[in-house]
Parts: sequence; structure tokens; C-alpha cells
Amino acid sequence: MNKGLPKWADVVLIPLLSLLLAFLVSGLVVMFIGKDPIQAVQVMVSGALGKFGIGYTLYYTTNFIFTGLAVAIAFHARMFNIGGEGQAGIGGVGVAAVLLSVAWPHWTIAIVAASLGAMAFGAAWAAIPAYLQAKRGSHIVITTIMFNWIGSALIVYLLVGPMQAPGMVPETVGFSAGAAIPTLHDIFPAFDKHAPANVSLFLALIAAFAVWVLVWKTRLGYEIRAFGHSEKAAVYAGISPLKIIMVVMLISGGLAGMMAVNTVQGEAERLILDTVQGAGFVGIAVALMGRSHPVGVVLAAFLFGILYQGGGELSFEMGIPREMIVVIQALVIMFVGSLENMVRIPVERLFVRFDKGAA
Amino acid sequence: MTVETQTQGQPSTTAPVAPAIELIGVSKSFGPVQANKDIDMTVAKGAIHGIVGENGAGKSTLMSILYGFYKADAGEIKINGVTTEITDSHVAIASGIGMVHQHFMLVKPFTVLENVIMGAEDGPLLRPSLAKARKVLENLAHEYELDVDPDAIVGDLSVGFQQRVEILKALYREADILILDEPTGVLTPAEADHLFRILENLKSQGKTIVLITHKLREIMAVTDTVSVMRRGKMTATVKTSETSASELADLMVGRHVTLEVEKNPPNVGETILEVKNLCKTDGQGVKKLKDVSLQLKAGEILGVAGVAGNGQSDLLEIISGISAATSGEVSMRGESIDLTDKASAAMRRERGIGHVPEDRHALGLVLPFQTWENSVFGYHNNTEFSGKYGLANQKAMMEDTKKKIEKYDIRPTNPHLLASNYSGGNQQKIVIAREIENNPDVLLVGQPTRGVDIGAIEFIHKQIVELRDQGKAVLLVSVELEEILALSDRIIVMFDGVIQGERMPKDTNEQELGMLMAGIDPEASS
Repeated sequence: MNKGLPKWADVVLIPLLSLLLAFLVSGLVVMFIGKDPIQAVQVMVSGALGKFGIGYTLYYTTNFIFTGLAVAIAFHARMFNIGGEGQAGIGGVGVAAVLLSVAWPHWTIAIVAASLGAMAFGAAWAAIPAYLQAKRGSHIVITTIMFNWIGSALIVYLLVGPMQAPGMVPETVGFSAGAAIPTLHDIFPAFDKHAPANVSLFLALIAAFAVWVLVWKTRLGYEIRAFGHSEKAAVYAGISPLKIIMVVMLISGGLAGMMAVNTVQGEAERLILDTVQGAGFVGIAVALMGRSHPVGVVLAAFLFGILYQGGGELSFEMGIPREMIVVIQALVIMFVGSLENMVRIPVERLFVRFDKGAA
Repeated sequence: MTVETQTQGQPSTTAPVAPAIELIGVSKSFGPVQANKDIDMTVAKGAIHGIVGENGAGKSTLMSILYGFYKADAGEIKINGVTTEITDSHVAIASGIGMVHQHFMLVKPFTVLENVIMGAEDGPLLRPSLAKARKVLENLAHEYELDVDPDAIVGDLSVGFQQRVEILKALYREADILILDEPTGVLTPAEADHLFRILENLKSQGKTIVLITHKLREIMAVTDTVSVMRRGKMTATVKTSETSASELADLMVGRHVTLEVEKNPPNVGETILEVKNLCKTDGQGVKKLKDVSLQLKAGEILGVAGVAGNGQSDLLEIISGISAATSGEVSMRGESIDLTDKASAAMRRERGIGHVPEDRHALGLVLPFQTWENSVFGYHNNTEFSGKYGLANQKAMMEDTKKKIEKYDIRPTNPHLLASNYSGGNQQKIVIAREIENNPDVLLVGQPTRGVDIGAIEFIHKQIVELRDQGKAVLLVSVELEEILALSDRIIVMFDGVIQGERMPKDTNEQELGMLMAGIDPEASS
């Protein structure tokens, strides 16, 4: 663990240094293709945090909080849920099924019902891989990836078949007006009128708080963490691995599914193809960077929201190709996630030397 | 700087012989932890030199430096009088150092011969190397009583023979200095005796042997000189003939300790736990337990002796609800206990069966958990720890932990410290406190003092005896015969999944138990 490293250094300093390094290298990459890195930073920041952009940034942030929490809770049980993509997609089916079933009188009821539908469908999509893992030992990484594909095929089938609206477009009919949830602009007029960020951002923050309570304050969370650290010890203590795997994956799938409230109910207002757009995978990076802690996940989700929105602006304003933005995002993931020790070890040494000097 | 170093403790011959190993001011730290501080040590050529010390005293680090696994931060190493910089194990081997690790480094599906040449092949083709090795092995077998069938598959050999393969590997690489790390941990007493004969033989042929162990009895029996380490420092080096086990124990701990366990005669009550015809076949079809039956009575400590891996662990795991039995019955106070895989350890705890597991790192503790989390582990759903809505009553857990820390003298006293930051003895105290304080009727105890410092051993033994004096039943599994003999009121010996015999401690001795542990019934054969 963190030998002699103060907590603030572990949680704040190291990720920040890693991020700085990632941006430095990104700057070099931008220079390499003949663009001005300083200007790129300006475009990115103003594009992501300006009056127009912030509404988009927060929209992406909401997605990433949900998928990040989904991966994070599974991490606590040392499970790698790569199925966020599929679970969020199927969560969208749940949202659509609920919202199309009746004409909802008011958005407050609709959002609760849609959330339940999203969670139930997302959880159901995680349940089969979880059961296979718990009972048969089929590796959850493999099965959840497979379920991403199955899920995406299933959605295509539904949108060109049973759920398709009259016409040629693969989409459902629009939800009733009573199901439309307020955007942030509706609440705070300071936000741009067209920005898609909506009240589900608050749902995401509530979910983050709920995950924190669950993991650190409940007996179930205690069992989840014990199981994650050592399955053998958990069995010794009388904790059922089957129960933990199932419960954690259902929660994880439910959280991923919740993303659909933001995208399907909040933005598209009908079920369309490709509502997830890789957010399930970004969730992995978000959880890694956020150290599987809800606060970290929220901050990391915001950072990735900035990268997404700001990256879009970069290609629009400076003609930096989209692929280049993916490279920058990949650099961030690489430095913050897998190359963390590159920063950690020198920092640790520095602290040890500091301690010795003080003693 | 050169060969002419004067040595002490060497019988004076005409020309002084350089010591086999000389360490001067060797230091090594891992981050803030100083594992070795300014170590000076001289190992005379042709001697058996023991190194004793508690866990974490720095023995293994020192030997790892000698074998090139770690590089010392400071200091000088001389091998046969020549300053040598041991950068990796190749240098160590080239300098004539061979190491027999505590956990064997053997490829089990390979033959003895293949294992011996591994890493020391002469060329790209195996046949010439194998032929050469066969010849060398034959000679070694003659010289040192090290007979092993060169074509046997290593995985089929007993641990005693596997260890010989390890020694042969070192000798094949022409080691003159042999380091053995806790070599008798997995051996029966008879196998250990044979090992010591081999060591004497090697010594008489001029080899130098460094023996690392925590068993003082062995040190007294075979070594010429012994060095004591404590907290990373070399605290004393004495001639074995001029010291005693209790003096060494005091030197290791730094204060006076008693090695004997004081206890009154048992006040045995009725049978609490009864095991009938218990059988266990593992996933590979190996029969781990064959028709094991035993009775455990209130107020007694029943010791289960045996070499590790003869079914004791399976017995503990089945009774404690960790794994399922294949067939058989276990009943507690006449009521039978679920032995299928539907059972869990939580159900056993409800029935009043506590369990101090053999492996506290893998089972008994969650190492990245804080003490307060570990000290309720397995009992976290008890009503006193349960809050509303599935919340944990962390305040109650914390209070309870503080009490245990005080009563069991767990150090450091910080309830927020991670389990991994404690010494072995204090980790074990956390486990023992948890299981005993939950007031079980039956306590299953596996290897209670493995990797535990002597000071804590004394304390833990006292707790176990106290529990028995309160009329509780204790099933004690230990591979340490001394511990079994000191604590048990009745002893059963397991061999190959069978109870090989039952003895009363006052009517038996280590030799007899040792034979039973090896599967020989002394009464039947005499």
C-alpha cells in the first residue's frame, strides 16, 4: 500500500501530476502535427467550460458518472465489469418501455419510473454474466464483452422490429410530453438553451452518494470489500461469494443502465440506435482514475466530460482531426491509469527523503 | 583487503584460513523500513552456522542479499576472503553459494535429473547434460547419503526427497557454501534427522552450511556457531556449545521468556463435538480424509499432530464450514451439522464454533482492512454491530475493537492501522482475540503460533489454555510437535488422511509421535 505517503498526496497529488504529464505529452503531439498547443488548450478550456460548452460537458459528465460508478462498485468486489456499454444500452430499452407504456402526467413521476426501468433492465443484462461467473466460473470479462454485442444486436432488432415507429427510421415513437425532464437551462437560465444537460445530473450525484454509503457504511459494503480483497477470507468469514457476485453485478448493471435516463429520456426523448457511444468503456477509465471512490469518480467524470466536449471543439475550431482527440484521451488514460507508478515511485522516494530529513 | 583476514573461532592451524563468508557493515532498507542495520558476521569455513531470530528480524533479507536477490545499500561481502559484489544470483552461484529455499523452486512434472540441470545446461541439446548430471548425481549420492532416483518425477516424491533434490541442485552447481532457509518446516522428525545427517556429512567434506531456522532445538543439535538477529541487527554470535536454548530465546526477544506452558490438569466434561467417518475427496479425486472419527470434550485441548498436508487442514475446513465433506457426519451436542456446500462459516459461528485458521494472511485477516474491520470479521452481522437499514454500527465495532486491543495487548494500539502493518504476532492476536472474545463452545485452532514471535507465543498459548479452563473445547492443529506436546491434553496423529494413533501426552514422546506422523505404528512394528 502507500508506504508513508500522506493521503492527500496519494489521492490528489499523484493524479494531478500524472494528468500534467499527460497534457505535456499531448501538447507535444499537437505540436507534432503543426498546431499551436497553447491555442489548443485555450480552445479546449473555453470550448468545454464556456457558456455554450458547459451544458454539453455536464451532459457527458452525467453519463460518465453512472458508468464510472458501475465499474467502480464492481472493482470493490474485484470484478471487472466491461459490460457497461451493453447494460447502458439495454437500460435505454427499459426507459423506452416504461415511458411508452403510459402517458405520464408529470416528469417527476416519469423520471422515477424511467429510473426503475433503466436499473431493472441494466441489472438484468448484468445478471446473466454474473450468474455464469458465480456458478460456472465463466470469466466475467469475456461474458460481459459478449453481452455488449448481444445487447447492441438486440437493440437493432427492436428498433427495426417490434418497437419501431411507423416509417423507415430505426427509432421508437417520441415519448409523451409529460415524460420530458427539465434541462439545466430550464432550471438555471444561465445555461445555453440547446445544451442537453438535464436534471439527471443530480440523479448521478445522488447515485454517487448512495454508492459511498453502500461501500463504506453498510454491512453489505463491508462484505463486498472483504470479498474483493480476498475471496478465501470472505468464505472463512461466512460471506457467500455467489451472493456478493450477484448483488454487486446487479448494482453495477443498474448504475450503468441509469445512464439511459440522461441520454434516452433527457436528450433523445425516444429510443434510437447508439445511445451509449462508448461511455461504458470510458467508465472504466473514470473508475480507474477516480480510484473507485465516488468522489474520485465524479471528478474524473467531469474531467472526461471536458475532454469529450473540448475535444469536439478542437476538431471544429482548429481542424485537429477527431482521431487526434482520441489519442489525447488515450494519453490521459495511459498516464493516469497504467503508468501511475512512473509518478508514484519518485514521489514516494521524495516523501521518504523528506521524512528522514525531518526526523 | 585481500585474503589474509584473521578469523576468530577458527581452530588455529598453521596458516589461517579465510572465513567462508564475511559480512562487514551490511545495511539494507526498504523505503522507511530498515531491514538490516550494519550487520557484521563471519561464517567459518567448514562449519555449520545457525542464524536465529524472530520473524521480521531480517534473516531472510540478509540471506537474500547474500544470494543476490537484493543489493545491500552499504557494506562489504567477502566470500572466501575475496571481496565480492553479488549483483545477482549468477554471481552468487559462481562464488560457490547455493541456496535451499523454504518453498522449493522445483518444476514438479519434471524428473529429478531435469530439475537438477535446469539453468545449468551445458549446451542446446539436453542429452549430454543429462548424461553428465546422472554421473555427478551418482557420486553425490555415494558421498553424502543423498540417494534420489534420478528418473523419478519430482511431483511424486515426498517433501523430504524434494528437499534433497534442492540440495543436489546446489551441489551440482558446485556450491561450497549451502544456505538452508527453514529447512525442517515441512519435514517429519525422521526426515529432519536424516537432513541433519546429510548436513553433518557435507560438513565433514569441507562444505560450509548456513542454517536459518526458528527452531532452537535444531540449532542446539546441529550447529557449531549461532548468530542471533533482532530487529535488523546482529545482536550476538556465540558458540553453540557455550549457550542454551533459553538463553538464545532471551537474546532473540530481548527479554526473559518462558518456553514452557504452565497449565493445570484438565477438567474434562462431556463430548461436545463428534466427528464420524468423515471423508473428503478433492477435485482431482485425491482422498484427503478417509473415515476420520473423533470426539472432542468440554474442557480439553485435543492436539492434532501431523506433517502439513496429511488431512488436518481439510478437517478444520470442513468443521468450520469453509468446504464441504464428501461423506460422514459431524454433530455438536448431539445435533448434526450441515456438511454440504450449502453450509457456510457463518452458520458454524452461530452454532458456537470459532475458528483460528491456519493461514491468517489468506483466511483469518483481510490485510488491507483496518483493525476495527478485521476485529469483527465474520461477526459483522451480530446484532450488536448491526445498525438500521443494513448499515454497520461502526461505533460499536470501534468500541469493541478498542477493548480487544487493550485486553490482548495488540500493538500498535491504533484501531485504524491496516492488518498488513502489524507483526505476525500482533496479527495473530487480532484473530485470536476476535475468535475467543466471541465466546465459542468449540474453538478450532490451526497453527496458532506459525510465524509468531516468541513473546507472543507465550501469550497465545496462555489464552488457549485459559479458554480450556473455562470448560470450552479446543481442537488444536499444529505441525510443531513441541507445541502439540506442551498444550494438548490428548493427542491424535494424522497421516495420509487417516488418524494413525492416539496418545496421551504424558505417555508419549517426540520419537513415537514422529513415527506415527510418518505412517509407522511403533506398537505394531515392535
